[in-house]
Amino acid sequence: MSDYIIEMLNITKEFPGIIANDNVTLQLRRGEIHALLGENGAGKSTLMSVLFGLYQAEKGEIRKNGEVVRIKDPNDANALGIGMVHQHFKLVEVFSVLDNIILGVEPATKHLGFLQKAEARKKVLELSERYGLKVDPDAMVEDITVGMQQRTEILKMLYRDNEVLIFDEPTAVLTPQEIDELMKIMKGLAAEGKSILFITHKLDEIKAVADRCTVLRKGRCVGTVDVATTSKEEMSEMMVGRKVQLVMDKAPQKLGESILSVQNLTVRSKRHGKPLVNNVSFNVRRGEIVCIAGIDGNGQSELVYTLTGLMKAESGKVYLGDRDISHMSIRERNLSGMSHIPEDRHKHGLVLDYSLENNLVLKRYFDKQFSSRGFLKFNEIRTYAEKLIEQYDVRSGQGPVTVARSMSGGNQQKAIIAREIDLGNDLLIAVQPTRGLDVGAIEYIRKELLRQRDSGKAVLLVSLELDEVLEVPDRILVMYEGEIVGELDPRHTTAKELGLYMAGAQRKG
Amino acid sequence: MFLLLKYTLLYTVVLMMVALGGMFSERSGIINIALEGIMVIGGLIGVIAIQLMPAGSSAAAIVICSVLAAAVAGMLYAALLAFASINLGADQTIGGTALNMLATALAMVIAKGFNGSASAKLEYSNRPFVYEIGPLTVNVFLFIGIVILILSYIVLYKTRLGLRLRACGEHPQAADSVGINVYKMRYIGVLISGALGGIGGMAYIIPSVSSWNFEVGVSGAGFLALAVMIFGQWKPFRICFAAVFFALFKSLANIASSIPAMAALGWTQNMYNMIPFIASMIILAFTSKKSRAPKAEGIPYDKGSR
Repeated sequence: MSDYIIEMLNITKEFPGIIANDNVTLQLRRGEIHALLGENGAGKSTLMSVLFGLYQAEKGEIRKNGEVVRIKDPNDANALGIGMVHQHFKLVEVFSVLDNIILGVEPATKHLGFLQKAEARKKVLELSERYGLKVDPDAMVEDITVGMQQRTEILKMLYRDNEVLIFDEPTAVLTPQEIDELMKIMKGLAAEGKSILFITHKLDEIKAVADRCTVLRKGRCVGTVDVATTSKEEMSEMMVGRKVQLVMDKAPQKLGESILSVQNLTVRSKRHGKPLVNNVSFNVRRGEIVCIAGIDGNGQSELVYTLTGLMKAESGKVYLGDRDISHMSIRERNLSGMSHIPEDRHKHGLVLDYSLENNLVLKRYFDKQFSSRGFLKFNEIRTYAEKLIEQYDVRSGQGPVTVARSMSGGNQQKAIIAREIDLGNDLLIAVQPTRGLDVGAIEYIRKELLRQRDSGKAVLLVSLELDEVLEVPDRILVMYEGEIVGELDPRHTTAKELGLYMAGAQRKG
Repeated sequence: MFLLLKYTLLYTVVLMMVALGGMFSERSGIINIALEGIMVIGGLIGVIAIQLMPAGSSAAAIVICSVLAAAVAGMLYAALLAFASINLGADQTIGGTALNMLATALAMVIAKGFNGSASAKLEYSNRPFVYEIGPLTVNVFLFIGIVILILSYIVLYKTRLGLRLRACGEHPQAADSVGINVYKMRYIGVLISGALGGIGGMAYIIPSVSSWNFEVGVSGAGFLALAVMIFGQWKPFRICFAAVFFALFKSLANIASSIPAMAALGWTQNMYNMIPFIASMIILAFTSKKSRAPKAEGIPYDKGSR
């Protein structure tokens, strides 16, 4: 028998205009946890999709236990014992945990297909006991925590007796405590003989659980290293191709007067009447970055929507400087000094089918500089766009006339940042500004935020990324179920403490 | 009073069967607004089947053959919707509306051709379908309806098919990722709705009168059934209760002129006929806010977009 349970040899996968995987080789040993490290767009997901049968590789072969196999669709993968926890869970919300686990492989009578759930339940409970995966089989998926949803996904694979388990960025949606628990579960699975492929771009997690790590960069395999003998810095350099400054140098703070002041803000859900933002008060001063931390869905989005005018508050006041902006329109807020880098850059940040130059003047096309008597001054717009593109290094295929949709995520984000910062407003609200971007772009954007702070602007950052929360801001406000449950100083806190607040296990103030 | 009971039973069965049909389609992820049209086609073919039965056929044979004919006709007609919305990825509401418009016109052409005259009115004997129990007249569709209700519940919640069907209406990507053929499940959902819609159309037309003018189609019964389905929250037994409720309104409208209190209002028959539709608008306006439709309904499933 071969040493390797799965071997992907010399895989090449091309998409029109791009080689997503170029001669990539990955060998997975039986019972090991093997990390697959790379930036966004490095080809990790493509490679796993090839293994899971979602894509067919042009060249190369896949072997299981030394024998060449063909995987044409997920059913083939499943038959070979390969299972995957997708980054976005594939669970039916209104089904019970048990129904989700058995879906597709339901035990049923031979004739007429009546479900036999009793034996399924027994098997699920056994598995859950054996691997320490606590779930309530009868709970509806929509009612359980993200962590339990993930355990349900893992049980789905175990129920199918899969031996090769693929985890696609499994920690992105978890609290630090849940991450610890997941790491334990993964180690337990490996100890029981399962082989695990773990896709990630977080080096700490690789250090914590992985045995070996294969690094991809721009579709190519940079190498496979032994995790125990390789430092984080080395791995990160392999991933990015150059030395990266992961820790930010911060200039000393020069605090000024309060710019944004929020008082007793409450937002209620239209659908079920529950408060989404509950009596929230805080302020942001000149020269500081305040970060709202929390697990996704705890009211951060609604808070920002209300601040920027996308949503109406039920009660409470918002002041910009000393002006009450609570009832102003979005444009009035922008003109009064608020810039906004929105959470969803496709929905709220850009008009995707407009050219880059039109997107860049989206918030000021009505200025005298760019229009007269209702007609746009195209030459002025072009000149202005070229200036911003140059200044913020926004790369695109055809310069100002490039359609925004065709640009990469990082450059779309840079375009938004250019537009918002160039408004020269006192307040910058940045919501998950680095989401989905590669390390290089992340570094750039974080530095830009710090530059804004150092030039005496007030910055409100909303982030789900723990390292960002701990690195970038001067103060951290943690939101849990619509309330601010704690204020932390990033210099004197740890991921663990932050996690307790984020999970609602601790609060102060 | 017996009259009210008789009509309520009649309409309950019709609305329930058609709404259950709609439920199967929508639970699989396809909005079936074509129920009205499916009812017309089912009713038409059912009536023609009765006429085509050789003289001297037993009552049971007539019932079985004509109901089957109606079900098959409904399924074939619904297959058009399935093809447009599943294979071609067409907008399901527009596709359904087109089928509704086509159905009445098609039924008129066929009925006139069958008659060989300019009238779309078909005559038939409804004797085989009707039973007298004491003072109450019931029809065979009542029994068919009860069986269908129970079967619907069992299929939807107790079988593998039902579990997979519901998964496709909620989260087709999840169903696909565990190897379920979403397209097949949606076809099954739509075809079941066609069969039930076809039988429902017959149940609407046949028991109460012995001739039907197909120029009027089924005068909105299919749309009422949609309201019943929504009010019934896409769940079999709630649909049954919702059907009773709406049937009561519709029966009241029918016999309003013979109820002294209502006749005293002095409205024209058209005003009374509006009652069930106005009631459905009001009820849905208040309840639809809380309603929870299958999440993926109306969205064409494309295997390519993951």
